[in-house]
Amino acid sequence: MSTRPFEIQEVHQGRLQSPFHPRLAELDTLNTWHTWKGYTSADALYCEDLEYFAIRNATAVFDLTPMTKYRISGPDALDYLNRLVTRDMAKIKPGRVAYAVWCDDQGQVIDDGTIFHLREGEYRLCSQERHFAWLQAATIGFDVTVEHETENVAALAVQGPTSYSTLSAMGLDLAELKPFGLTHVDFEGSEMMVSRTGFTGDLGYELWIEPGKAIALWDALFDAGKLFGIRAIGTHALEQSRIEAGFLAAYMEFLPADETIRSGRSRSPLELGLDWLVDFKKPNFNGRRALAEEQRRGSTWRLVKLDIDGNKPANHSYIFAKSKNNKSEIGFITSASWSPVCKQNIALGTVRTPHGKPGDSLWVEIYYQREMHWNRKMAHATVVDKPFWFPPRRSATPPGPF
Amino acid sequence: MTDTWDAIIVGAGHNGLVCAALLAKAGRKVLVLEANEQVGGAAITRDFADGFSVSACAHLLYQLQPAVRKDLGLKPRLASDDLKTIALAEDGEHLHLSNRTVKGVSSTDAVEYRQFRKRMTRFADLLTTYLNKPPPRLGTKNPRDIMTLAQLGFDLRRLGRDEMREFLRLIGMNIYDEVTERFDSGLLKGAICLDAVLGTHLGPRSPNTIMTYLYRQAGGHGKCAQPVGGMGAVSDELAHVARSAGATIRTSVPVSRIVVENGRISGVETAGGENIRCMTVISNADPKQTVMELVGARHFETGFARRITHLRARGNAAKLHLALDGLPEIAGLSKKDFGQRLVIAPDENYVERAFNPAKYGKTSPEPVIEITFPSLSDPALAPTGHHVMSAVVQYAPYALREGWSDAASEAFKATVLGTIARYAPGIEARVMASELLTPADIEREFHMSGGHWHHAELTLDQFLFVRPVNGAAQYSLPLDGLYLCGAGTHPGGGISGAAGRNAARAILQREKAA
Repeated sequence: MSTRPFEIQEVHQGRLQSPFHPRLAELDTLNTWHTWKGYTSADALYCEDLEYFAIRNATAVFDLTPMTKYRISGPDALDYLNRLVTRDMAKIKPGRVAYAVWCDDQGQVIDDGTIFHLREGEYRLCSQERHFAWLQAATIGFDVTVEHETENVAALAVQGPTSYSTLSAMGLDLAELKPFGLTHVDFEGSEMMVSRTGFTGDLGYELWIEPGKAIALWDALFDAGKLFGIRAIGTHALEQSRIEAGFLAAYMEFLPADETIRSGRSRSPLELGLDWLVDFKKPNFNGRRALAEEQRRGSTWRLVKLDIDGNKPANHSYIFAKSKNNKSEIGFITSASWSPVCKQNIALGTVRTPHGKPGDSLWVEIYYQREMHWNRKMAHATVVDKPFWFPPRRSATPPGPF
Repeated sequence: MTDTWDAIIVGAGHNGLVCAALLAKAGRKVLVLEANEQVGGAAITRDFADGFSVSACAHLLYQLQPAVRKDLGLKPRLASDDLKTIALAEDGEHLHLSNRTVKGVSSTDAVEYRQFRKRMTRFADLLTTYLNKPPPRLGTKNPRDIMTLAQLGFDLRRLGRDEMREFLRLIGMNIYDEVTERFDSGLLKGAICLDAVLGTHLGPRSPNTIMTYLYRQAGGHGKCAQPVGGMGAVSDELAHVARSAGATIRTSVPVSRIVVENGRISGVETAGGENIRCMTVISNADPKQTVMELVGARHFETGFARRITHLRARGNAAKLHLALDGLPEIAGLSKKDFGQRLVIAPDENYVERAFNPAKYGKTSPEPVIEITFPSLSDPALAPTGHHVMSAVVQYAPYALREGWSDAASEAFKATVLGTIARYAPGIEARVMASELLTPADIEREFHMSGGHWHHAELTLDQFLFVRPVNGAAQYSLPLDGLYLCGAGTHPGGGISGAAGRNAARAILQREKAA
């Protein structure tokens, strides 16, 4: 039995800069940066709130080059992915993108991400975390190649109501591109992939191109977007819109299963409200046996979206259920925010079943500080079913000008 | 074709035959498919030269579990029993070791040996109970598992405080430290080290070589015997018992694939293209071959496939067969002594040094050798006046750096003969024919990954609850309808039958629970 040979690539020292960094640095006034998987990434560039409103009212541009990207190809690529993720990838035709989640053998979520079916039998998998060891282990028995290509692809998210108009002004015809669709276009002699995807829950696109064309793309995009209120944004504004869209984030709503030490600290897709992504009709996929057993026995946890009274963000709060005169603790908040666009105090949380059914009435214990002194408030919360923010333009095809 | 069979067993190794016999006795319709012409797997007798035959792989019977003998009514005819071990010395001052006594050492060593053997026998007896049960699962509420665990705890405690502490101290330790603490005689230390490492990719200084030593003692206290007609006779008897119980055994039918349909086992496909449907397939093949080749890793989950890939099974023992025109001369040995078990392991450091090159993909320039002359007690194995020598040679690594070419094999054969000739001068002149089976040959001829006797290294991290790997330790694999019954499962290899018997019991229990 020979082990699969692979080349050990050079490891970068220090913090990387994305090919868009020169342009971001020009726009930056706050000088607040953090590391995102080894890359310099901005918290915010000039004002978190204005950046957030660019997402909801105009066009926001976010550099997502640091997002982990893998290229998956070879004769068994489809079979490989079908064993890797819980959903049926056979339904995802070339030119389509799938949101997917993958589990370990115990049915616990390792990560979620998007899988782009670039061309027949050729895929790109994107996720927040790095998973090369797992993806490589999953190739055992398959004729498939997994390549790490984060550094080979420069990517921008172009999100917001005027994003379609901006890209049209740049000369792109995206009228027929449906949500979760992708297309290849020419940009100055290079192939650019455009997908109608994003992390904001709004109308938006993502542009993928070779790093050498990054600056040219940025300049063309900002030229075209001048009249449409285009602005570059940092991670904080994106995070705000992510919660409004009800999307999950690793290390927030779940811990990658391979990072947990204590039992019970990971989550299954059923516990994250992702049962619609689990296709038990597939004969085998990672976690299938454990998830079938969980479905039979019932899950321990449930992810909830909460609409909370008042305007104090419920970060890190415990969640309580009311039973007679007692309030018993049933879980905790994982992400929370006051939503300017919804005018709601919103949160995502994890609670013990059977609590947390849509419509359930729960309580959240919020601590907040006023002039050094701490205050505590029990706020009433309602479990909601739908994402907090889901504008019709997100799914309209063609999206139309704004 | 409708399902004619309740279970198909892939491979008629001795464990496959034990499993088949027990399932057939329980009224199941069992079909056994064997790739080779003979049943028995690595427990066969075959001709290697005109008129000379020999146990081709396993050559000494010391582990056949009493429970297996009893359940199947086995009564193997023995040509010789309770063989002494003679530790050869170049100067003819050999040691004669039996179960409790040793001749040729100082009185202190003799007393120490008695105590050492007494303790080891006691620990081996404790182990024997658990080798003959499917290993319990940890962290379940299954009453049977909890009972077994409780019993194990109780049995350990019953050794008494000091002996329990000693057991727990020794079980993960290496044999080298234990023998150097106890004994003075190099020959004695070498002979004990040899028993601990035979058939493994371990040296006497490797951790858990006391466990491998105990494993050898479990069931028969390490008493070696030679069946009349060689090891093949044991397999033939097993096949006879299985057939009498109603099992069907077909030889020369290699299974090319175990078929999976809709996420469960649905039968097997033979190399001849025959499809045989059956919802239960029990593989006597090693775990790696079963998962990676016969079924296909894609039908398992990633974590499990990765564990199986990482299963350590690097064979390190070769087998040498010589056809001799007469017995060689060894100083200090009488003719009768040639019927015993002769070992070349002059001291504990010699054994460790023999292992060193194996770590780096080279053969031992001075190998450790276990020699028998089976034709002495079983004359039918050779023409009159002629003899057969059968030897196990450590170390010949499966992953030889330059690969096992004919030239590499010939060179190692010369090394082994040269080593033996130091004790038996002139033996080369008596050799009429010879055969060396390297681990690569053993892999090819007996279909075991890495040419490893135990199908998977016998170490604590691949033992009991985690043998072969976590998630497959109760003989069932994480794929509905698929089971293992070979040496790769608990407890391990050797002609013991325990794995086959445990597997049959686990499968029947599971049926009952369903």
